Amino acid sequence: MTSRVRVEAQINGDPVEFLCEPYQSLLEVLRDVLGLTGTKEGCSNGNCGACNVLLDGVLVNSCLVLAPEVHGHEVTTIEGIAGSDGLHPIQRAFLDHAALQCGICTPGFIVAARALLDRTPHPTEQQVRHWLAGNLCRCTGYDKIVRAVLAAADTMETAR
Amino acid sequence: MTTDTLPADTETVETAAPARPHYRVIGTRPVRPDGVEKVVGRALYGADIYLPGTLYGKVVRSPHAHARIRAIDVSRAAALPGVKAIATAADLPLVEDKILVTGEGSVNQRYQSMNTLARDKVLYHGHAVAAVAAVSPHIAEEAVALIEVDYEVLPAVIDVRDAMAAGAPVLHDDLRTAEEGRKLDGPTNVAEHLRYQRGDLARGFAEADVIVEREFVTATVHQGYIEPHATTVLANADGQITIWCSTQGAFAVREQTADILQTPISRIRVIPTEIGGGFGGKLTVYLEPIAALLSRKSGYRPVKMAMSRAEVFAATGPTSASVIRVKLGATRDGRITAAQAELIYAAGAFPGSPVGAGAGVIFNCYRIPNLQIDGYDVLTNQPRAGAYRAPGGTNAAFASETVIDEVCERIGMDPIEFRLRNGVREGDYRATGPVYARIGLRETLEAARRHPHYTAPLGGPNRGRGVASGYWGNWDGTSSASATVNPDGAVSLSEGSPDIGGSRASMAMILAETLGIDVTDVHPRIVDTDSVGYNDVTGGSRTTHGTGWAVYDLGKKLIAAMSQRAAHLWEVEPEAITFADGVFSCGDHALSFKELAGRLGEAGGPVMVSTTMETTGAGPGFATHLVDVEVDPETGKVTILRYTAVQDAGTAIHPSYVEGQMQGGVAQGIGWALNEEYVYDQAGRLVNASYLDYRIPTALDLPMIDTVIVEAPNPGHPLGVRGVGETPIVPPAAAVANAIYHATGIRMTTLPMSPPRLLEAILAKES
Amino acid sequence: MQAFDYVRAASVEDAVARLAASGGQAYVLSGGTDLIVQLREGRRSARVVVDVKGLPEFGDLSYDPDMGLLIGAATPCWRIAADAAIASAFPGLVEAISLIGGVQIQGRASIGGNLCNASPAADSIPALIVHAAVCEIAGPSGRRSLPVEEFCIAPGRTALQPGELLVRVFVPPPAQHSGAAYLRFIPRNEMDIAVVGAGAAVTLDSHGERFVAARIALGAVAPTPLYVAEAGAALAGQPVSPDTIAEAARLAREAARPIDDLRGTAAQRRHLSGVLVRRALERAVERARAR
Repeated sequence: MTSRVRVEAQINGDPVEFLCEPYQSLLEVLRDVLGLTGTKEGCSNGNCGACNVLLDGVLVNSCLVLAPEVHGHEVTTIEGIAGSDGLHPIQRAFLDHAALQCGICTPGFIVAARALLDRTPHPTEQQVRHWLAGNLCRCTGYDKIVRAVLAAADTMETAR
Repeated sequence: MTTDTLPADTETVETAAPARPHYRVIGTRPVRPDGVEKVVGRALYGADIYLPGTLYGKVVRSPHAHARIRAIDVSRAAALPGVKAIATAADLPLVEDKILVTGEGSVNQRYQSMNTLARDKVLYHGHAVAAVAAVSPHIAEEAVALIEVDYEVLPAVIDVRDAMAAGAPVLHDDLRTAEEGRKLDGPTNVAEHLRYQRGDLARGFAEADVIVEREFVTATVHQGYIEPHATTVLANADGQITIWCSTQGAFAVREQTADILQTPISRIRVIPTEIGGGFGGKLTVYLEPIAALLSRKSGYRPVKMAMSRAEVFAATGPTSASVIRVKLGATRDGRITAAQAELIYAAGAFPGSPVGAGAGVIFNCYRIPNLQIDGYDVLTNQPRAGAYRAPGGTNAAFASETVIDEVCERIGMDPIEFRLRNGVREGDYRATGPVYARIGLRETLEAARRHPHYTAPLGGPNRGRGVASGYWGNWDGTSSASATVNPDGAVSLSEGSPDIGGSRASMAMILAETLGIDVTDVHPRIVDTDSVGYNDVTGGSRTTHGTGWAVYDLGKKLIAAMSQRAAHLWEVEPEAITFADGVFSCGDHALSFKELAGRLGEAGGPVMVSTTMETTGAGPGFATHLVDVEVDPETGKVTILRYTAVQDAGTAIHPSYVEGQMQGGVAQGIGWALNEEYVYDQAGRLVNASYLDYRIPTALDLPMIDTVIVEAPNPGHPLGVRGVGETPIVPPAAAVANAIYHATGIRMTTLPMSPPRLLEAILAKES
Repeated sequence: MQAFDYVRAASVEDAVARLAASGGQAYVLSGGTDLIVQLREGRRSARVVVDVKGLPEFGDLSYDPDMGLLIGAATPCWRIAADAAIASAFPGLVEAISLIGGVQIQGRASIGGNLCNASPAADSIPALIVHAAVCEIAGPSGRRSLPVEEFCIAPGRTALQPGELLVRVFVPPPAQHSGAAYLRFIPRNEMDIAVVGAGAAVTLDSHGERFVAARIALGAVAPTPLYVAEAGAALAGQPVSPDTIAEAARLAREAARPIDDLRGTAAQRRHLSGVLVRRALERAVERARAR
């Protein structure tokens, strides 16, 4: 028998404490324990990006993080992307550019795009495509997603 | 048409007469009503339902492609603490033959039962054999490992040619070939042989100056939706069953589950969650009846089940591998004289491949006086073929459209010119029978020829340009909806067509257009099966057409009901009320829709209307695609440099989502063309059941996909709508194959045209 | 997911002790991008995973033009790729490291993990081999060093003995007039496992016209990443020319012992070995001349 692990972490800016099995993934804990179902499971082996979160600001697949690993660290999920004032410019751009069809991959894309624009405020189309290559979308052909991210970069530049 | 509001990548082509009416809302690009909750992560999908006391279900799946089940021992699993229920086929009632039309084909409920949990034999690697419900996913997983199944392994058959051969392992001893309305003698894997014929084939080929005949082989491919199948089911002791699930059709889930469980249909309520992609793959049930069994057997606790990605690939409907032979004859001046095709499609474990639909696609773009099409539905030890976006169409068009390219080359004619000379128009017969009403194939060809892409320089060596056209028939079906008017003038719209790609936006727009109100004043909801009338599945590209028509009808009924209220208010006869531009008026009286809504209390009370209709008149969709590729001659790798998709949408309600359908279909078609395929080992086991090795395109594998929407209004719809979702996946494989030929001189006849295959062909050509 | 315990190693000695005591039932966890998938799919089984990310040496990343490059076994790839000085000194190594998965994998995956997973197709290993990298290993009897080309012994198996773990990787500083490159072939442009990978490092004379030394390594064409010493040796002292490069590529192709599997055919891999070695050498020469 394994013993449960107590974990303290900052999640979307809030101090959170939870108990988990040592072998549970961060994805499972976010969804099944903490009720943060915006993070999606598409493959559970790091190939689709639907479960993207930021771990200490770095983009990771939450299916490939053991929940105990986040003890003492900061996690940002899709639920933490929008400010209290509404939508993040990336979210707004996804709406305005019809960059989602079914929407299941959308949280992962938005979290990934946020990580990109934090690091590279003025990406080229090729940089956007490269950065988003770990996020699979089966509906859009990526065209409108890439346009939305480029547009969000412009909007954020104007706002600066 | 207001082309100036469109983004730079899009051109909208108005076709010759009759002039399109002026629309206020249709053709604009409002934000979708369900958008915000999706971008903030609040939208609830199939796996996002959590009820108190939920158990977690997991499935035991066959490790063999074909085996007899001698015995199942669940005792060790049942003894594991935390296990609450175990189900096998012994818990399922026997189901009689019953054919259900799903909109993308049909399913026999007897086979659906056998697919839900294997009864005597497992028929494919991944076939469900038993299931467990436990207090945690981990315990359920452990219990699955403790269930011992004793198999007698049987020889398996994966390739359709092997399955048709004498002495092939037979999947179902009782299956007989259906042919021309009768059943042939003897056990077989050939479920059906269908044939379309017209004219005199021999004479037609004799008239031809050029005849091209080729055989094509295509691999099994999967829809690849990002959301795995997921459901939560709660059975009550009183017989009620509530199902939360991600599906393309809540009513289909209800009927299929009722049949499989032999439970009264009215005792089942299906609550459709948001759906994370389907493309035809979520028309039939897999987990829902199992979860219902487990819920019953666990003392009526809710049971949640979600497939892993590997389970999705191994056990849910891929679409058929195929072998297709095409022979086409034409005169030197570019007239098709005769065409013949034989399509052999893998059905997987149960009859029902989309070979009939493929037979429809293969020549339906062209006027062909003499033709014969033979189709064979052939069982293989693979998961039962599900529908996949224009089922059977991509492989069929890959065959016919590359043969046409070769004919064009042989007679020295431009491929668009050839297609214009032979392309169908209003009044022509389809290869499969019916006569076309107004259609837009020629408009797509003309727009493609005019497009700068068609004449742009290729800009380098090892590059080529390909052209292909495509057809999809589209489907009508039944739709119901209801609407209520709120005191603030907004309209709440309840519909039952799961929204898989933005249809709530289109429905809101159609109602807003009809009522003369703002689109933001329509609040559409997808409701459960107890809360709206019957709806067929979201499939067959029918939703914007069929449900859109129902919503249009609701709008007309709302106007009539509101006119009555206005008449009551103004104490006149209802016939005296006129409605125009969103305003009800009579003499000096005038109230906008919104103003009148605010006064319903004094005008006779609230307004609610509903409608249900079986539509007819779904107009076929046509597309023409252009693609530029570059081939690395040393590796066989193909890069898509540029892509332009031209398609007739009839009337584009929300152009962004029409473009989105076109771009998404193209992306899937490119994946099918270049890399996607099921890979099996010698024993018939699937070895690439992951997104790592089943290679769908990433953002880095595609360019921007330019779109041109052509609008040849569908005369069979009050707003001219025709379905757009499926047609765009039909041409890409052929277009890419033709581009590869023009880059390398090699005619690829196998899908996918993956690097090892193309490299082998390049090296063979060089030596 | 199978059940196992999770512990954070308190020190290298603690990690060694836990591994030694586990009877082969313990795995070191750094980025987890291979290990967690394998545990979930039952391809490896563990009683405990030992997280070493908190240990100082494992997160090392330092470069000195005279001393070389030191990479902690758990240092995530993105940190290596983001360091401009390292990218400039070791472009061939950084291009290999940057190919390990998409951005979100880069956020976690490490050189140590790529080595210890011992996949024949690992992207970083051929690049480390051509840079003559050395593994620093800690174990019950102290520390030892091992050339990177000796680290993998079979698919999924390393030269690590019970109780041993990889701590750091040392890469010597690049010589004058040297350059390196790593290329791989995959069917898509991202998110695939190498069908073939090829690393090449060359040192040229001061005119950039003659090879002084060269090292060539291949991935995914043998049970382990393959150091093809003879292909590099054949270039030493030879002029830089299409013919000498073609000959080295031919030797590499002959050395390849590929198999058919779901990711490629043996014939395709043999052919690609020659193509990629030639292209990698051309790129390495270009970089050497530019330095």
